[in-house]
Amino acid sequence: MEKLFKQINQTIMAELKEGECLGLSFSGEKSNFTRINAAKVRQIGNVDEADLGFNLILNGKRTTGSISLSGDFEEDLNRARGELGRLRTEVVQLPEDPYLVLPESKETSWSEKEGNLPEAEAIPGVLLPSMGDVDLTGIWASGRVYQGSANSSGGYHWFASDSFSLDYSLITPSEKMVKATFAGTEWDQAAYEAFLADSITKLELMSLPPKKIEPGDYRTFIAAAGVSDILSMFSWGGVSEAAIRQSESCLGKMRNENIKLSSMFSFSEDFSSGFAPRFNGNGEVAPEKTALINQGELTGTLISTRTAKEYGVESNFASEGESMRAPAMAAGSLKESDILEALGTGVYLSNLHYLNWSDMIGGRITGMTRYACFWVEDGKIVAPIENMRFDDSIYSFLGENLEAVTEKLRINPDVGTYDGRELSAIICPGVLLKSFSLTL
Amino acid sequence: MDLHQILSGIDVRADWIGLRYVKENTGFRLVRDGKPEANTRESKQGVMVEVLVNGQFAYYGTSRLDKAGIQAAAERAVRLATAASNYSLHSFGVDARPVAKGSYSSPFQTAADAFSPGELSDLLIKATAELKVSDKVVTTNAMARTVETESHFVSSNGSDVDQKYLMVSADYSAIAHDGGVTQKRTDGGLLAKSYQAGMEVFNEADVLARCRKIGGEAVELLTAEECPTGTMDLILAPDQMMLQIHESVGHALEIDRILGDERNYAGWSFVRLEDFGKLQYGSPLMNITFDPYVENQFASYAYDDGGLKAEKEFLIKDGLLIRGLGGMESQIRSGINGVANFRASSWNRAPIDRMANLNLEPGNSTEDEMIGSVEKGVFMTSNRSWSIDDYRNKFQFGCEYGKLIENGKLTKTVKNPNYRAISNPFWRSLKMLGNRDTFEIYGTPFCGKGEPNQIIRVGHASPLCLFEGVEIFGGA
Repeated sequence: MEKLFKQINQTIMAELKEGECLGLSFSGEKSNFTRINAAKVRQIGNVDEADLGFNLILNGKRTTGSISLSGDFEEDLNRARGELGRLRTEVVQLPEDPYLVLPESKETSWSEKEGNLPEAEAIPGVLLPSMGDVDLTGIWASGRVYQGSANSSGGYHWFASDSFSLDYSLITPSEKMVKATFAGTEWDQAAYEAFLADSITKLELMSLPPKKIEPGDYRTFIAAAGVSDILSMFSWGGVSEAAIRQSESCLGKMRNENIKLSSMFSFSEDFSSGFAPRFNGNGEVAPEKTALINQGELTGTLISTRTAKEYGVESNFASEGESMRAPAMAAGSLKESDILEALGTGVYLSNLHYLNWSDMIGGRITGMTRYACFWVEDGKIVAPIENMRFDDSIYSFLGENLEAVTEKLRINPDVGTYDGRELSAIICPGVLLKSFSLTL
Repeated sequence: MDLHQILSGIDVRADWIGLRYVKENTGFRLVRDGKPEANTRESKQGVMVEVLVNGQFAYYGTSRLDKAGIQAAAERAVRLATAASNYSLHSFGVDARPVAKGSYSSPFQTAADAFSPGELSDLLIKATAELKVSDKVVTTNAMARTVETESHFVSSNGSDVDQKYLMVSADYSAIAHDGGVTQKRTDGGLLAKSYQAGMEVFNEADVLARCRKIGGEAVELLTAEECPTGTMDLILAPDQMMLQIHESVGHALEIDRILGDERNYAGWSFVRLEDFGKLQYGSPLMNITFDPYVENQFASYAYDDGGLKAEKEFLIKDGLLIRGLGGMESQIRSGINGVANFRASSWNRAPIDRMANLNLEPGNSTEDEMIGSVEKGVFMTSNRSWSIDDYRNKFQFGCEYGKLIENGKLTKTVKNPNYRAISNPFWRSLKMLGNRDTFEIYGTPFCGKGEPNQIIRVGHASPLCLFEGVEIFGGA
């Protein structure tokens, strides 16, 4: 794939006319998807695709586009020339863009991570026999993901990575569920079987009769998987500098009214884990770590070069949408072994579901509890709970009601596949809350 | 490309082979505060090669469109199907892919290329100027999205379906801010005005008039009272009913969810297979149809991606659940009557059960009669927040704009209107249903579901609806 990208890049860049600036981006994947229901194959297939993105700038005007690539150089070069021609026709008709960013980065990087993955045809036989009689539903995704970036100033980046993930739910006959994700780059059959067996053991806890709890405010522990769902909300009307400036951010109160969250809450964009590439669509390389909320105080935001130009601030080379690519929350001091005792009596939430801002500006989030969620009394799990809706503000549950943060960080891989297989992961601990509002 | 010729040349051992070529050009233009933010076009094309071997379907989606590429994809798909057939959830026959021959072209008056990029940009710039009705409007956005799609499906059992679409979505929004209060108003919810139509949607006089109204209402909300809290009557405008139908009816009736396919992602359903023909889903006023032929509605088509011919069907009749949202695979697996809704988001995904046009049929009440019948309640319009549980039971939705209803009259404007309820009791509380004069058509490009994930377009139409005794509340 890199050879194809390089060839097209070299040819197209050489054909640019005077005054034209061009950025090219490459994204592709060769993936296997095996969809499982009741520990059987529901759907199985491979997807082999690649796209080439264009960012053409001429005389202060800008237009962008993308095309599918076939993998054949001659065919793809024809398509690329056709797209460049279309963009040239369009760009002169557009109004000037005062905030456009010239693709000036001359930085280069290269990374390819080769893994050890099962062959696509072997996957059903590798995964399914170990499931036995358990009711397991989920998705296996594996293969190589490619990302590339190049520009007419000579910048060039290439990133390719093999990976696999089995994201699954185990379900009891009474419809209680446990969620888990087994992910990595080197397939280890024994490790997989041990991981799955551990999940099955956890499922046994769910066989207790469920407890229905009433709406109200409860002492609550949210495990790392649930916290990662909350943190992902900061990519939507959260840490974007443009969103704050344009009054579309839950963090506007922190910026404009100097409101703080708990001093136990620290949150950053941190690429040190290496899951996601540091270069953005413009080929700009972000710092390895950008502190966003430090001990409850808003100390930074994600700032694209476009936003920086518009508002006269310094870019930290965020993506154009200023969403998080490597979210990480700092650990605290609560030991895993002390969680239940510290919770005392309240609810233990392993996972959350379908979060949305119920009042973005007010920082209020609603969503559901899901999977292994329990009622705890005097530090002991008593029963799984029936799923409840929550509706509470970050300024409350990450503010004065944040009682403790666990000392252990968990890696929560992003298994999303809407725009191709995601590469990122959210690294975070669990949180103990003095109060959390369950509403329905 | 000649799909027939390529299909006839494929040399693999399979009980069935299908090729689905999709080419889609998505244009998107966004202007913020009079300045261009995005002028982009995404052009995607590829072929989904699908085979049936030993009762197991397998696929290979490839962007390599030559004969050799598709032959290689078919060979890989056959190997996958063969390997997976030892572990099949269900052993299918060729009847899961009925023979289909036909075509469809979406209706439009003005072609996509009738507006030049410069003309459309100019209109969006004017729109943002109109949205800024006062200095309290701090951010204005105007966006236009056009999608041109060609789909051609051929199969070894004789299917040959050509479908072409031109789809247009638009949205205009204003954010107003003053005295620590921020409020946003859009044109009926983000991209809710999504249609199978042409560039006639961008009639300048209409667009600018709508923008003035949107800007004015954003400013009006700054000084509005908070929505009251309490249990009271609720009238929902069609642009909020779109979301209500989608989340608390559509997803719950997808047969693949009921069969458990989505339990690891989108979720299950409170509806069970044994509920069809028995469950009183809502009040007798409730009639839900799957209707693929509503003029200009966003998800109209003639055939689904499994080759099933699309027909209008009642899913809920007089409040009784009678039919599910399931294509041929789900119908075969469940034994439940379904509809032609086995759809894929593009060439790189396998079809699954999706909503298409899912509508609430109109009733007999006028808007005045409905408002006049309410002693105390809230009228809400334009969705801004949505969340529902994995069984499609406990939902909480928020709207942009509300009006108090007091003693049969619309009175004060209220901000941050929200409501929460449980699907079945909520629909059973449907007390009055607006007539055809109140019936409006909407759609969204952004319905997410499936593993691997898929975003697909859906359409929803509804009259004005009155629900009694709903839990209503305001903002933070």
